[in-house]
Amino acid sequence: MITPVLAMHIPDGFLSIPVSVVGWLLFIAILVYALRQTRKQLGEHRIPLMGIMAAFVFAAQMLNFPVAGGTSGHLLGATLVSIFLGPWAMIVVMTCVVGVQAVLFQDGGILALGFNIVNMGVISGLVGYTVYTWLTKILPRTTVSQWVGAGIGAWLSVVVASIATALQLVVSGTSAFDVVLPAMVGVHLLIGIGEALITVATIAFVHQTRPDLLQARADNRGARWIAVGFIIALSLVFVSPWANPNPDGLERVAEDYGFIDTAQDPAYTILPDYTVPFIESDIFTTIVAGIIGVIVVSSLGLGVAYVAKRKPISSDQTPV
Amino acid sequence: MTNQTSPHIISAQHITFRYPDGRLALHDISFDIAPQEKVAIIGANGSGKSTLLLHLNGILRPQNGIIAIDGVPISDKTLQHIRAWVGLVFQNPDDQLFSAYVYDDVAFAPRYLGLSESDVKTRVIHALKMVNMEGYSNRVSHHLSVGEKKRIALATILTTNACILALDEPSAGLDPRARRDLIRLLATFTEQTLLICTHDIRLVADLCTRAIILDEGKLVADGATETIVYDQSLMEQHGLEVP
Amino acid sequence: MLHLHPTRVSLLHRLDPRVKSVTAFALILGILITPPHTWRAYPLIWTLLACVAVISQLSAWKLGLQAGIALPFTLVAMTLLFTTQGRPIMMIGGLVIPDSGLARFLEIVIKSWLAMQVTLLLTKTTDFTDLLRGLRGLGISETLVATLNVMYRYLFILKDESERLIRARASRSGKSGGYSSGGTLLWRAKITGGMVGNLFLRSYERSERIYMAMVARGYDGRMPYTPLPPLKRRDVVLGLIPIICMAMIQIVVR
Ligand SMILES: Nc1ncnc2c1ncn2[C@@H]1O[C@H](COP(=O)(O)OP(=O)(O)OP(=O)(O)O)[C@@H](O)[C@H]1O
Ligand SMILES: [Mg+2]
Repeated sequence: MITPVLAMHIPDGFLSIPVSVVGWLLFIAILVYALRQTRKQLGEHRIPLMGIMAAFVFAAQMLNFPVAGGTSGHLLGATLVSIFLGPWAMIVVMTCVVGVQAVLFQDGGILALGFNIVNMGVISGLVGYTVYTWLTKILPRTTVSQWVGAGIGAWLSVVVASIATALQLVVSGTSAFDVVLPAMVGVHLLIGIGEALITVATIAFVHQTRPDLLQARADNRGARWIAVGFIIALSLVFVSPWANPNPDGLERVAEDYGFIDTAQDPAYTILPDYTVPFIESDIFTTIVAGIIGVIVVSSLGLGVAYVAKRKPISSDQTPV
Repeated sequence: MTNQTSPHIISAQHITFRYPDGRLALHDISFDIAPQEKVAIIGANGSGKSTLLLHLNGILRPQNGIIAIDGVPISDKTLQHIRAWVGLVFQNPDDQLFSAYVYDDVAFAPRYLGLSESDVKTRVIHALKMVNMEGYSNRVSHHLSVGEKKRIALATILTTNACILALDEPSAGLDPRARRDLIRLLATFTEQTLLICTHDIRLVADLCTRAIILDEGKLVADGATETIVYDQSLMEQHGLEVP
Repeated sequence: MLHLHPTRVSLLHRLDPRVKSVTAFALILGILITPPHTWRAYPLIWTLLACVAVISQLSAWKLGLQAGIALPFTLVAMTLLFTTQGRPIMMIGGLVIPDSGLARFLEIVIKSWLAMQVTLLLTKTTDFTDLLRGLRGLGISETLVATLNVMYRYLFILKDESERLIRARASRSGKSGGYSSGGTLLWRAKITGGMVGNLFLRSYERSERIYMAMVARGYDGRMPYTPLPPLKRRDVVLGLIPIICMAMIQIVVR
């Protein structure tokens, strides 16, 4: 009934347990923060607004246009929503969308839900939002700049989210790095164009019809930092193998387990009977170690930031 | 372009349609419509009027039965040609106006057909004039009143020289004067075949020569307007009122 | 499976939604931690799920079919067939398939299929609004649950609006001899953007109307919600049974 908009809803079974757990931790930390921000910024209006917007994103994902050869352009919507509602409400909205898709339509897994929301909501939306706000700031203040910002933001949002998805699959040992990365990213370089076109056209429509809804929302600096963090983290992952040729402890573990039959205690292994013959395992394991490091460090960072900012508990801050 | 003087006939044979959720919306409906005939489809809420209209240009396809437009059965191959012949105006104009400006909405169909921008412009201006909305090309569709939106929605199908006009509740939500203007406008469409779904029985009596009553997805009456809409027991039996 | 109105009433339909969600989560976790090469586990787990299905008056066969195969990702995992090292066991089109690659691939697909059946069991026996009450009862943020409630209330309405927009576009997408129809790619994208924008504005303005209607009825930022009755011991025990079965399967197969 509902066509999978993106090849990004990871089902259960495709992420290893440790990766899934990291995904949930990241997601919970970010969501708790986002919920608090929306309460501050949108007040009482937030529940009907975010609820309707979640239903809207769900319905808008069905609107498509033919591109060529039976394929069609679709919308993921995270960037669009972040431009209209700001990044924090976007995160809540996308949480609802991706969550309902997983539970009601079996589109994406339950244990994989953490990373699915992080990929399609947090990473996608924050990258799109950051690029959009940054470009509209440095470019001349015209509507065309707004379109350029939204277009590039939307395109990047899909591409970066697909890189993140591919890396999670690689770390889980579900696919080979040199196969899944070009495949996933290649497809989404194209899908991203559809996303960009629809996003720009929608912004243009709203600009002509209700320009007041396009006023930027205040106080979103945290969002930018998270997005920049993700982008730096992902690029470090790519650079690291060439920067550091000596495998250290963590890599060793991954490497060793890669060759050994790991039936003993799979919950704690990161790469169950898995090796990559095409690329030197040094590089591969460095990348893996890099990703794990990045994820652990960013979760820690977020945790610390959360605890440091903690205020008296109100009804809304019950852990998710 | 279709030739307006050539005879176009609607022929529906044993149409049965069930929505995906299992609701039987149309049950064994058959009728033929002659070119330039003005036909009203009446019936209570939920009787299947809108569903039937959506069959005329293949938006919905019957599980059983055949619909042919001018002798051409609706199929994947003929779909797009048939859509150029049948102009459909939806019940809710908001569904139909999806461009920012009135001009672009009205220009959608001729642009899709592939006409040149100058041809498109001539047709848009002509269509807006027909519905008495000349000054509106640069207005934002979203901000129009319901009545204005309904008239623009009608204009959007007057640009392709469609020979069948199928209108879903064209007079709902119009003030008395706008309603009179609409009736006057529709009366000028002598060349086209008109199909009007409506609850406005006075509009039917004024405009249509023939009326079809639907009830619970079944065709329960079909005949000359005078014999149907003034038949008190028939009308009341199917949840309708005589004008 | 769009509108969720479970008409059949079974033991599972009546089970407390809090218990049901926790049990479902535990079962999925159980499926996913099955160690590599323990093939015996999967028929046992499937039997467990089939029993639950039968108790819920659902067909285990249909459930299995519906769970289907998660396509794009299965393709992604298929690369394991060729990139894993191991003893070659067969050839497909000149490519050597190693035993360990095949095993790993099959494990992923089977686990994914079984986990999807658990989700299906949960959604097929639980009304979504009850599920949300259950989540609220489990301590999940009030804002999130209330937002999900509003979303669910309008999900199918907006989906229908989206469908009607597509219909209206299709209605006017005609073809006529002699012209090349369809417009340019950019124009088509622009029209779709207009449809998204149209839907967005109608949704946004609707949210404002809903908000005003809520305020008119005394809304002060808190969503009223009917709490679930206290947990019954019977429900907890019933929910624990499949978890214990799963734990036993996991112990036995190792
Ligand atoms: N998308 C749908 N899915 C399922 N059932 C539908 C759908 N659309 C309409 N129906 C049902 O089909 C029946 C006929 O609906 P239809 O819209 O054709 O009625 P109508 O005669 O146009 O009514 P109204 O006068 O209220 O416009 C109704 O019972 C309606 O509930
Ligand atoms: Mg109707």
